Amino acid sequence: MVEFTLPANSKVTEGKTFKASGGSNIKTFRIYRYDPDSGQNPRIDSYEVDLDKCGPMVLDALIKIKNEIDPTLAFRRSCREGVCGSCAFNIDGTNTLACTKSIDEIKGDVKVYPLPHMPVIKDLVPDLNVPYAQYRSIEPWLQADTAPPTGERLQSPEEREKLDGLWECILCFCCQTSCPSYWWNGDRYLGPAILLQAYRWIADSRDEATGKRLDSLDDPYRLFRCHTIMNCTNTCPKGLNPGKAIAEIKKALVQRR
Amino acid sequence: MATPNRPLSPHLQVYKLPASAQLSISHRITGVILCGGAVLLTYWLMAATYGPEAFATAQAILGSWIGKLVLLGVVFSLWYHLANGIRHLIWDTGRGLELPQLRTSGMVVVAAAVILTIATFVLAYTVGS
Repeated sequence: MVEFTLPANSKVTEGKTFKASGGSNIKTFRIYRYDPDSGQNPRIDSYEVDLDKCGPMVLDALIKIKNEIDPTLAFRRSCREGVCGSCAFNIDGTNTLACTKSIDEIKGDVKVYPLPHMPVIKDLVPDLNVPYAQYRSIEPWLQADTAPPTGERLQSPEEREKLDGLWECILCFCCQTSCPSYWWNGDRYLGPAILLQAYRWIADSRDEATGKRLDSLDDPYRLFRCHTIMNCTNTCPKGLNPGKAIAEIKKALVQRR
Repeated sequence: MATPNRPLSPHLQVYKLPASAQLSISHRITGVILCGGAVLLTYWLMAATYGPEAFATAQAILGSWIGKLVLLGVVFSLWYHLANGIRHLIWDTGRGLELPQLRTSGMVVVAAAVILTIATFVLAYTVGS
């Protein structure tokens, strides 16, 4: 359902400010906080960070805040180099990975929110159960009826090339949660991340379930809630193009008629 | 999983919509305006069938400055919706979906809508009066 405003329990209030104790290169980080045990609404806490004593990326600052200023701050992170997809947040109005987003790029205060329009477990940690269940629903594994060959299932270089721009997805859900269609219809629309993955198997020459995969996507909601808004492609931190992958699925559905 | 008490993270409140998204919502808004425009057109045509008096009233309403302003909006909406509709048709063939192409085609659509709107009014005034 389209609902432009936040529910009453989700309205964001102004929180605490943690002043820096000196330093000349101060940047303020305004971070979304939600404590499930407090029973209070989410709030924005401000942290002043001395950039001279901090690494270059937004994730460096978040880790510094957690280590040195406020250990209660909760967020997901792991690889710190853009391959695990854990530290996806809404930073400076756009979804991206904190580990590959340089603080220098951001003018003014650095605003960090959880991925948009998701249930928040705590602070910057959203509940991703729905997109994971949607991912499961597209059966993201190779399916073939023919007997497996004695060696590998071979592909020509051209066939393999079709998977470029698809296999690199790290399922950070930046695109998924940037999509207004997913905001309003996330219970029924699969969303850009899942549809890119669905296309990854449709485009795979070794997969023999293409017809079944297309059948399950041929639905006014699961696939066709995509209105080519293209927030997904604009926001992807890996430079992939979910919008184009979705267009390719729509095209494949027409072409097989 | 039952999680009724979890807050919903901010979305429209914090998201900086890129140009492509703004053009997309404009497509929908102009579509809604065109529905209103279709009602106006129907009114004008029906007034003509009702007789000279009704038609004169319709002409007076649509010819007033506020009427002209509404017509300007409807005409712009028509050209924008048409141009962006063609953009959608091209996308449906799988073309033009890379980011630089999106930027260019978006600018072409807006420029086309503005130029065609101006051309429509220039034509209307030169032919009409």
